[in-house]
Amino acid sequence: MSETIETSSEIITLTIDGQEIQAAAGQTILQAAQKNGIYIPTLCALHATKENGLESDIAPGTCRICTVKVNGRTMAACTTPVAQGFVVENDTEELNDLRKTIVELLFVEGNHFCPSCEKSGSCDLQALAYRYQMLSPRFRYAFSSREVNAESPKLLFDRNRCILCRRCVLAIRTEDGKQLFGFTKRGDKSGIIMDEELVKNISEEQAQQAMHICPVGAIIRKEKGFDTPFGQRKYDQNPIGSETVCTTCNGEKS
Amino acid sequence: MSEHIAALSNIAAKYDNDPNRLLDILIDVQTQERCVTDDAARQLAREVGLSWADIHQTVSFYHLLSETPRGEYTIYLNNGPVAIMQGYEEVAAAFSEAAGCPINSVTEDGRIGIFATADMGMGDQEVAALINKVVFTCLTPEKARALVKDMQEGLSVQDMATKYGEYGDGNNSLPSIGSMVRNNIQKAGPVCFGPYEFGVALRKCVTLSPEEVLAKIKASKLRGRGGAGFPTGMKWELCAKAPGPERCVVANADEGEPGTFKDRVLLTERAELFFEGMAVCAYAVGASTGALYLRGEYTYLREYLEQVLDQMRADNLLGKDIAGKAGFDFDIRVQLGAGSYVCGEESALLESAEGKRGEPRNRPPFPAQSGYRAMPTVIDNVETLASAAQIIDKGAAWFSRMGTEESTGTKVLSISGDCDRPGIYEVEFGITLGELLDMAGAQNPQAVQVGGPSGRCLNAAEKDTPISFEGCPSAGAFLIIGTERDLLEIIDNFMAFFTDESCGSCSSCRAGTWMLRNTLRRIRQGQGTREDLTSMRQLSAVMQKTTKCGLGHTAPHPILNTMDNFPHLYEALIPERSDIRVFDLDASIKAANAAVGRTPVPEEKEEEQL
Repeated sequence: MSETIETSSEIITLTIDGQEIQAAAGQTILQAAQKNGIYIPTLCALHATKENGLESDIAPGTCRICTVKVNGRTMAACTTPVAQGFVVENDTEELNDLRKTIVELLFVEGNHFCPSCEKSGSCDLQALAYRYQMLSPRFRYAFSSREVNAESPKLLFDRNRCILCRRCVLAIRTEDGKQLFGFTKRGDKSGIIMDEELVKNISEEQAQQAMHICPVGAIIRKEKGFDTPFGQRKYDQNPIGSETVCTTCNGEKS
Repeated sequence: MSEHIAALSNIAAKYDNDPNRLLDILIDVQTQERCVTDDAARQLAREVGLSWADIHQTVSFYHLLSETPRGEYTIYLNNGPVAIMQGYEEVAAAFSEAAGCPINSVTEDGRIGIFATADMGMGDQEVAALINKVVFTCLTPEKARALVKDMQEGLSVQDMATKYGEYGDGNNSLPSIGSMVRNNIQKAGPVCFGPYEFGVALRKCVTLSPEEVLAKIKASKLRGRGGAGFPTGMKWELCAKAPGPERCVVANADEGEPGTFKDRVLLTERAELFFEGMAVCAYAVGASTGALYLRGEYTYLREYLEQVLDQMRADNLLGKDIAGKAGFDFDIRVQLGAGSYVCGEESALLESAEGKRGEPRNRPPFPAQSGYRAMPTVIDNVETLASAAQIIDKGAAWFSRMGTEESTGTKVLSISGDCDRPGIYEVEFGITLGELLDMAGAQNPQAVQVGGPSGRCLNAAEKDTPISFEGCPSAGAFLIIGTERDLLEIIDNFMAFFTDESCGSCSSCRAGTWMLRNTLRRIRQGQGTREDLTSMRQLSAVMQKTTKCGLGHTAPHPILNTMDNFPHLYEALIPERSDIRVFDLDASIKAANAAVGRTPVPEEKEEEQL
């Protein structure tokens, strides 16, 4: 899994949707796009900011929502490094329909009930459903049986809302680097697990970070879920994709 | 308790508490304790310096590992397509009844566990089962009942095997294999099963420079036999040129494609040739580390393969200064898998060989740049490596004269299903579907699944289709489905297989596979609509464009191929007025009653439906 990306000073020129941009060798297409104010949707890849407490960008390559066409072939923008002369298609009808389909699949795979969710309004999945104008999914629901874990004193873990992106698996670790979250089983039985012993002793800051990096409402910091009222949440103000470059860091790593 | 803790420590210590050897550690723990419990996972985590989550991730990924105890005798019964054609249901019922526990559970006394498992490479002798790593073939309900009786009486598995089946042909009867598995070599061709003398290829190889070896492989136009068909010479060259202090050669013997068993026979009968091929590759790319990734289902071949490796070391064909060539050092170890189809994908195989979940890696980097433990690595199929050794011995021209322009040489096919002569056929590329059907004695073929579920489902009437990379590529499976079969039942089995075997990592594959399976099932139950057909095509296109690895790209093939080549099968299942979603009031009431546990509605209340 390419978790971190090394960049060099070599400058690469490529185009995204016809716009010529420059990027550093070693950057991914996603990073290059972000740096140039071009929006490519993501659910698993996450740019490191002061706010989310990440030390470097993560790109598990699991959600596939950032699929773009590179010289005619579909590739994940978050894991494909830029190369000289790449012609990237991103905001096209075909690709946006692919993305919409993935959003629909994620909705029917889990049990998402937006009106009652603490993350409503700041949930990336919900925001993407709005962006791609999903009315009702064209697929039938799986009605999968998923467990809720409310044992830990600081975190509520609701698997119904989990999209298995693995941000938590990669990002939330103990000081000595051990994973607090893991990925269990495979196929339609796949899921995220919590190391309950380790999660019990999670700090306030880490609990906050865990809720923050979760793109949906699967990881909720107990007793803080409704601190920000509806209407004042992230995507209540501006739809997803309208602010490409992170304002806190201006696209720079903190 | 402390004894138990010590036992785990000893196992971890045997592998130097190396987290990269976690899979070996877990396999040994599973063998000894019949499970890897949470407590054991916590202890192992400390021993090898990982977190509990790390260990759990790996344990829960593999079919042959378990967190709850499996039986003292654990039966893994193949429920793949050929097994179903040969009577899986009856055999499963017999095992289950005689043992007194349902499939996928363990008897109360913990003695016998029965688990359905994906294809285990015995397509020519189904129904097959693995009982504590020993293979049992050609099972019938009577044999199943007799085996359960033996287990209840405490017979050893090896004794059970010799009691019910004589040893198979060829090397299967060697003491180090001692298995009832048969080779069924129906047609031996000139390359993989052709004349061969131990050590000749490797001794010739070291008289050439690595560049000359590469040039020979390139000139032969050999392409990978695992399915993708990447030019072997180019792959080796990429690895040879990749920067790095150490390089690696990995042989992919994970053949998990239902209906494929050619590697099993090659490993049994041509291990020397194939290992020589690995060494030839090592010489060409400058590798010093070698690993054979052997699927867990083939553990019964391990001892034999280790013996062959020992013999090669004794003959200076492995180890230091191989074949007298100063500085040519290379050795091979056997890495067992633990039951997972996706591990046949090269980058997933590397993850697995490093002790992790067998999930495909994000690429780039490609294995040739950064593979096993970050070394530039060549991963090749068993058949590819065996062919490479023959090319060095007999020449590129000899090889490229066979086959077709773009597909030189021969292909080893595993033919199974509805035919008189199932088994192994080594044929030249370009052979047609019709010729193969005749050779195998297929009386009434309806369809042929070429290359397993991820390959293509052809209408048997398309007799002129050539088997080649440019025609119809095949990784080796050739499953014949007779006219009397319900083809969509087999397709259903394939889709269930992909749903189980998807690593679950990327969303479009994880959700796409079960969605396709469910939609097909609905259609088969007569509840499908035309919209479902469209939605299956749309979903397939999304999977082919967005999934991370080949499993997701190819998982829609069975459905797409049958929709294209057998449209009448779907037409017959879609109700005429399927443009209107039918609402069956009585059926809905019954379902609702069942859900809340009310008394069912009396049958006579059935009314005329809209």
